[in-house]
Amino acid sequence: MPGEPTASCWSCGTMRAEHFCTACGKVQPPLPVDYFTFFGLPRKLEVNVPGLEKEFYALSRKLHPDLYSGADTREQEWSLEQSSQLNDAYRTLKDPIKRTEYLLRLEGVELEEQSKTATEQARSSGSLKKQVVPPDLLEEVFDLNMQLEELRAQKRLGEDDPALIEEIGRQKLELEEKYEGLFEELKGYWQKWDQAVDEGTEEDRLKIRDKMVDLLNRRSYIRNLVRDVNEAVER
Amino acid sequence: MPNERIVGIDLGTTNSLVATMEGDRPAVIPGEDGSNLVPSVVALGADGQMIVGNAARKYLIETPERAIYSVKRLMGRGVEDIQDELKLFPFRLADDLEPGEVLRIKLGDRSYTPPEISALVLRQLKRNAERFFGAPVTKAVITVPAYFNDAQRQATKDAGRIAGLEVLRLVNEPTAASLAYGLDRKKNGTVAVYDLGGGTFDISILKLHDGIFEVIATNGDTHLGGDDLDNLLITIGLGDIRGDLGLDLRRSGEAVATIRKAVIEAKIALSSQPSTKLDIELPGGKRYQREITRDQFEQLIQPILERTIGPCKQALKDAGVKPEQIDEVVLVGGSTRIPKVRELVEQLFRRTPHTDLNPDEVVALGAAVQANILSGASEATKEMLLLDVTPLSLGIEVAGGVTDKIILRNSTIPASATQFYTTQVDGQANVAIHVLQGERELAKDCRSLARFDLKGIPGMPAGMPRIEVRFLIDANGILHVSAREQRSGKEAEIEVQPSYGLTDEQVESMILESFDKAEDDFRERQLIEARNEAATIVAALEKGRQSPAWAQLTTGEKENIAQLEQHLHKVEKGDDYSEIRKAIDALNQSTMRLAELMMDSAVATALKGKTMNEADLGEGPSVPHPVAKAEFE
Repeated sequence: MPGEPTASCWSCGTMRAEHFCTACGKVQPPLPVDYFTFFGLPRKLEVNVPGLEKEFYALSRKLHPDLYSGADTREQEWSLEQSSQLNDAYRTLKDPIKRTEYLLRLEGVELEEQSKTATEQARSSGSLKKQVVPPDLLEEVFDLNMQLEELRAQKRLGEDDPALIEEIGRQKLELEEKYEGLFEELKGYWQKWDQAVDEGTEEDRLKIRDKMVDLLNRRSYIRNLVRDVNEAVER
Repeated sequence: MPNERIVGIDLGTTNSLVATMEGDRPAVIPGEDGSNLVPSVVALGADGQMIVGNAARKYLIETPERAIYSVKRLMGRGVEDIQDELKLFPFRLADDLEPGEVLRIKLGDRSYTPPEISALVLRQLKRNAERFFGAPVTKAVITVPAYFNDAQRQATKDAGRIAGLEVLRLVNEPTAASLAYGLDRKKNGTVAVYDLGGGTFDISILKLHDGIFEVIATNGDTHLGGDDLDNLLITIGLGDIRGDLGLDLRRSGEAVATIRKAVIEAKIALSSQPSTKLDIELPGGKRYQREITRDQFEQLIQPILERTIGPCKQALKDAGVKPEQIDEVVLVGGSTRIPKVRELVEQLFRRTPHTDLNPDEVVALGAAVQANILSGASEATKEMLLLDVTPLSLGIEVAGGVTDKIILRNSTIPASATQFYTTQVDGQANVAIHVLQGERELAKDCRSLARFDLKGIPGMPAGMPRIEVRFLIDANGILHVSAREQRSGKEAEIEVQPSYGLTDEQVESMILESFDKAEDDFRERQLIEARNEAATIVAALEKGRQSPAWAQLTTGEKENIAQLEQHLHKVEKGDDYSEIRKAIDALNQSTMRLAELMMDSAVATALKGKTMNEADLGEGPSVPHPVAKAEFE
């Protein structure tokens, strides 16, 4: 486990940088920081990904355990901790959706459990998934679920209704378009968020935050729906 | 030597190799018999001694019940995992195995776990390296199939420890191969490595970026390789024999081993010629003869080869690249010599694959490069850094037997995830965690890695404790878990029960048991080698005394030689190999002129019309060399 973080380098005593000492280059005990801080970035959503990649490579060249193979066990452990933080942070921040979800979580939002895990868990325990159907999708989803039920029933009897499959396929295509549209819409809020961080009020930020939460929830709702369709059609 | 040498080892299903950097190039270290490959075969000799490698191969046919091969297929697996293998491989498991227990294989009147058998192969490679360097070797980089799970990796690491090797890094085989290739061409681009070996298949997609080798996706099948092609041909052969000759040889270990040898030869022949003939002498004097054309062979193996397509497509998809975005394709593993395999790879990636490095050696060469990177400060590898990924998702079993994935496959390692747990009952002191690996949704369909018990949780009402559990996959792809109860700040105690692994205590006791300690082992071998060399030089000297050249030496020279010879005889009885070597060197020096005179007279004889070979050169004293062929027994 990491030693006590201090303000100066454990080895040479110079005031240190975040991850390694600027004077002697030694790896430092990891600090419990969020992913943005790890990369020295503000909590903003528009990230220069090629720049992030460059920084990731540069930090990898300093923190990776391969470089500490001959060092003492303490440095080996720090390098392991630091490079796992580096990899976790890079993986999260380079992906726009993961980045947004991560930032929202830092802002104290609990995103709805939309994962497949939650679905399976709900199914196996017989409980209802705590997922709310977005109101504007209600009618469409109701119809689609009816059709899927019909398809499943037909499949159990070994029957095949090409018209039904075609209709379901058409709806799936529509859903996929919506899914893409939601991503585009979400993108539009990144800049708004970043602006609000710089000069907006608390209220502005909360508004944008809630909008992004809504978009993400709809997005994952549609993703689950598409998956259900795929399962029903393939089975 | 400033630092101890770190060697690179390819511990293969069929063959194993050890390699090192010589200057700025990796090179395979040959064994005593001059061969680069050490067959991964272990046999129990008649005198109870363990025999490894080429020497063990003949036992496969003569006494198949005393030989083990392809043990890599059993690493990190339980008896319930290998029912399919048992139908095709003559593994003789111990009778009292329980499901979930580490496998044990019978050999003579004892049984051995797969890591112990692998350790014997590693020990042979270690010996070859020590012989080459003339110094002990205790540190190694060992390669594993990229698609190996945690248990299989842990088992490989255990094998290293049992063999007296500190395993500094486990490297994925395709990644290692890319290192060996990347040394020449410091290019940027996207590379696919297709690795079809004796028992495993891997596909890896890498991004090369100014010396950084970043794996972006990997996939594979740890039970798909050349062995499967052999087994298919054996099954056909056995069927033919039963049908045509009325002989059921399925239970005859010896016959199956003979057929195996013949079909492997046929398989290899078909890579370079359009047809070949099987001609096998069976017990009872009957013969099994059959002509196989390459066309027939290719048709037969097509379904097996097609099993590599799915993983390739998945890896491309995970990497987010299209086949046309792949700049280079590298072939690894002996099975990629088969023309049909190359054809398939060309179709998949629309590129002519690279084959300039020997597909049997490229993984070991890459392991040597990684060993060099770890030892640091070498100009050749200074800019190189490997960023690998975990091949399988890591998950936790949650209510309802569902897997909650916490680290997704193809995450760059080291990688970590933190989960929070609490209690369900007032005063609950323990929480059980089940860790899984795999892509399936239900826990029962994933690989169980371990069960952890968080113990000593301070007494609190239900739901109050907040236990932070940190899962960390290290650069070897091996999982570490730590836990802390946040309200009390107390480190929770973790009791690990690896689902298919050995406990630390078991490994320790195997290390102790494993014959003798590494250091003694090294000294003893050096002593034997030095004594052998002493015997060689004394014999050569005796020959010199019989030659006409002897008369040409001065009395002083003769006396000096006699004295040094006596000294050698004296120290030879002691157990200090360095003293013996010194005495050999001294005697060697003193007989230099004798050797020259003998050489002169041999040349003179040759000039009189005889050839050099016919002329009696004697075995003239030779300068001892670290890789000189030592003679045992």
